[in-house]
Amino acid sequence: MNRRSFLASTTLAGATLAFPAVLRAQGKDPIRIGFPLPLTGPFGALAADQQRGAQVAADELNAKGGILGRKVELLFRDDQLKPAVGAQRTQELIDKEKCLFIVGGLAAHVQMAINEQTKKSKVLFISVSQSDEISAKPDTSPLTFHEALNPTITSRAVGGWIADNLGKKWWIIYADYAWGKQNNAVLQEVLKKKGGTVLGATPYPLGSAEFSAHLPKIQAAKPEVLVTVTPGADNIAFLKQAISFGMKKDMRIAQPLHWLPQLKEGGPELYADIYGGTNFYWELQDTIPQVKRYVEAYQKKFNTPPGDYGCYAYSGVMEVARGCELAKSADSEKVADALRKSPVYDHYKGKQWWRACDNKSFQDLWIVKGRDKAKGDWGLVEVVSKIPANEELDRTCAQKGHA
Amino acid sequence: MGMRGSLRSAVDWVGAHPVSAFFVFFAVFPFLVPYKALATQVLIFGLFALGFNLLYGYTGLLSFGHAAYYGLGAYGTGIVLAKLHLTSLWGAIGAGLLLAGLGGAVIGFFCLRRRGIYFAMLTLAFAQLLYFVGFHLANWTGGDDGLRGIPQLKLGLPGLTLSLESPLGFYYFSFVLVVIAVAVLKRILDSPFGAVLQAIRENSDRAVACGYDINRVKLLSFVFSAMFAGLAGSLDALRLTVVPIESLYWTTSGQVVMMTLLGGAGTFFGPFVGAATFLVLEDRLSAFTESWPLVIGAIFSAFVLFLPRGIWGTLMGGFHGRQSA
Amino acid sequence: MFDVTLSALAAQVFTGLVLGMIFVLLAIGLSLIFGLMTVVNFAHGSLFMLGAYFGVFIFGLTRNFWLSLVVAPLMVGALGLVIERFLIRRLYGRSPDDPLLLTFGLSLIIVEAARLIWGKIGLTLDPPRVLAGGANLGFMTFPVYRLFVIAITAAVLVAIWFFLERTNVGLIIRAGSRDPLMVRALGIDLSRIWLLVFGIGTALAGLAGILAGPMRGVYAEMGVTMVIESFVVVVVGGMGSLIGAVVAGVLMGQVVGLTTFFAPALAEIMVFVAMAVVLLVRPSGLFGEAGLLE
Repeated sequence: MNRRSFLASTTLAGATLAFPAVLRAQGKDPIRIGFPLPLTGPFGALAADQQRGAQVAADELNAKGGILGRKVELLFRDDQLKPAVGAQRTQELIDKEKCLFIVGGLAAHVQMAINEQTKKSKVLFISVSQSDEISAKPDTSPLTFHEALNPTITSRAVGGWIADNLGKKWWIIYADYAWGKQNNAVLQEVLKKKGGTVLGATPYPLGSAEFSAHLPKIQAAKPEVLVTVTPGADNIAFLKQAISFGMKKDMRIAQPLHWLPQLKEGGPELYADIYGGTNFYWELQDTIPQVKRYVEAYQKKFNTPPGDYGCYAYSGVMEVARGCELAKSADSEKVADALRKSPVYDHYKGKQWWRACDNKSFQDLWIVKGRDKAKGDWGLVEVVSKIPANEELDRTCAQKGHA
Repeated sequence: MGMRGSLRSAVDWVGAHPVSAFFVFFAVFPFLVPYKALATQVLIFGLFALGFNLLYGYTGLLSFGHAAYYGLGAYGTGIVLAKLHLTSLWGAIGAGLLLAGLGGAVIGFFCLRRRGIYFAMLTLAFAQLLYFVGFHLANWTGGDDGLRGIPQLKLGLPGLTLSLESPLGFYYFSFVLVVIAVAVLKRILDSPFGAVLQAIRENSDRAVACGYDINRVKLLSFVFSAMFAGLAGSLDALRLTVVPIESLYWTTSGQVVMMTLLGGAGTFFGPFVGAATFLVLEDRLSAFTESWPLVIGAIFSAFVLFLPRGIWGTLMGGFHGRQSA
Repeated sequence: MFDVTLSALAAQVFTGLVLGMIFVLLAIGLSLIFGLMTVVNFAHGSLFMLGAYFGVFIFGLTRNFWLSLVVAPLMVGALGLVIERFLIRRLYGRSPDDPLLLTFGLSLIIVEAARLIWGKIGLTLDPPRVLAGGANLGFMTFPVYRLFVIAITAAVLVAIWFFLERTNVGLIIRAGSRDPLMVRALGIDLSRIWLLVFGIGTALAGLAGILAGPMRGVYAEMGVTMVIESFVVVVVGGMGSLIGAVVAGVLMGQVVGLTTFFAPALAEIMVFVAMAVVLLVRPSGLFGEAGLLE
């Protein structure tokens, strides 16, 4: 029995029983939102978080009668982290399942392929994962919205903070593909602006698990900060090896992003004292009421605190709803215009807004640091600093190719 | 016995008239599957597998790197349209075909110096090399983000222009091209050249002893095979309007091998049957369960254990490598 | 790029050796299985992964790394015996592609099963305290655990050599690779030998997995790229040649290690370039025999 159908059926049953409004809404055609994401493969844990975040949003909406009185239905499809599959699934969701909106994507290259299909079919697409290009020409379109952070924002924010607080002599190790290269470029730019020095930058092939080759060189250079742009399993492998070579004692280690499933996997032995950026951390519920509301809803349904990427999915679905209500229509172009006309929103952590030229969402992010001992099962990091939303953290409209 | 008998005669008819049977079946295929884009995907990968099978099932040369030609076809077409901004649909497809054929000629020249598993591994090595080049030539190929910006062209025929925007429209456009390709393949296999191919597969030493220039024949087979794969790639680039870098990766090569073997190598339709089965199964299963790889793996293994000649091969009642259709 | 100190280079060679050892363990298994049975075992990578997961499982039960190190490969070997006896054996006499296909299907099942059983988040396997920490080798501080990997692989290699060269069963295996018909004609039942060889080969993959676990983390996809690279190693060494598997494994480890050091962007492709060069110069790999499997 797979989790998705189990969860879908129980939430549907629960919602129907508890809220008569939903029964009324079931009279009209439901609003279907397609959600391609990599359920299988190395990022399955992050994708599962996205799925759950989206489901929390759907439940919340349906409890209030749905969107425009119509029930919200989420259709999840496995994109296997492959662009061709993501594109195919998107076509299926639009042609066969008659989805009116698409929210989704975890990998940058898959998002772009999904975007090509939604552009062709003139369907609104809210992308919920990192990518620099998706909001720039030629990929972007009036129907392409980018809810998540991107490498430029993340690395400018986190890089700036590292330079101010941890040290100005860096060594960067980065995965040799688009996301890695973008982060590396931005990090170097930020450091130079702050008057620091890049002692060295090492690319490595994405997915390779052997880093011992690079470590002696890094140790010899004696950087103040080692910045690791290593996604997924590479992050775990790299930190294990670096620590086994004794490098944590000699330098501070920081990375553009921390991901909750990864923090769990590596645990404090790996992640203690390692700094990273994040768009969300559940412990923020102590200080931010919207976070508390979201965390409680998520925790109640799934018995585990929400992670970072799940919030993007939650916010993306909520934005589809908000756009429909504003436009009083489920037509993609009208919804897109409505969102641009009223760009400010706040669903789970604080004020966010869409920038008009590129449909880019600006939002707060935080710097967190790994704890020596976890507080409970999921209290793996502590919040160190907040970086408020700021359009200067991203490229300008002109730089992205918009007039 | 009645049902069995009529199935038998249907299969025999298909065996005797492969191209017509293909035409009839695939003319109605889009209405048999859940959505049109899936039908087009089956058509395209079926063609890819058909091309692979020319080399493997008929000439007896197992290639682990056929993604290279599919990728070359896709990138050839894509780059011409997206980077060079040509507006001719036929020109773009032609470019893809040409690039794939060229790739086949060059890579084939090197790989054919070895035989058996060593040949197979060399084809893999060259395909990975191409992947690496494609990954790093990001200005032309888009790198790991894929080649985007392929415009949706209209089909220009004398007297009228047709839009290919609708999934069904694109399907029938691909359908026509694939039928032509299938007919060409049949022609190749029925020719004396085709007979030599199969002679090489059965016993290449004897073929040499009979005086055939098997090196030339093998290379030609390689190039033809590459061009079929290239056409498939080209069509896929037009279909998705994006060329992912994974098109050149060994997993794509692996997929086409699996599809062909599943359907029945050395049979004419085996590759198509295998492609259709694999893709439809994967599509429908992944819409229902997250653990679809497990189910596919189990079905796959069951097919291998209990259907020794592949699905179509078993239906045809022959054995591996000795079919006419 | 070239301001390289001797100690950094030596460090490099050492780390390449560790990678090479993992390759060797995998390649020997593949080569044995292929050499004797002409079975291309595509499931080898997933069995490597299972070795690591079984290791975590046994460690969870016993809290003893040494015990896990012994038991996990045995568990994988046992699974290998089951696979050979009940699945692959049915395919003998059929096309040689069939075991390839079957093991491919099995690899899908095994990887997905691991995800279902142990979850989507990876696991950790920590080496025991005595193996943690670094050893001062004079020119660098090298993790003790990695020295241990080198040592244990060398020990296993010696044991295998002994088994193949000095025992009767080993003799039959070697003869069976060279001329199965003759061996059968001499009245020896090869099917039990095949069972044994498959078991040993898969157990070696499992050992490689549990050894790699502490260095990289334990996750379901860890075997996917390993299987392709291991095949490259086997082919470079020469299919069916054990000394070839050892030499090629160590060589490839160095190729990857040194390329990563000098030109990291090329590291991924160097394995294939090396293979293409070797095959174009020596048709059957470094130690392979011409005519075998062509």
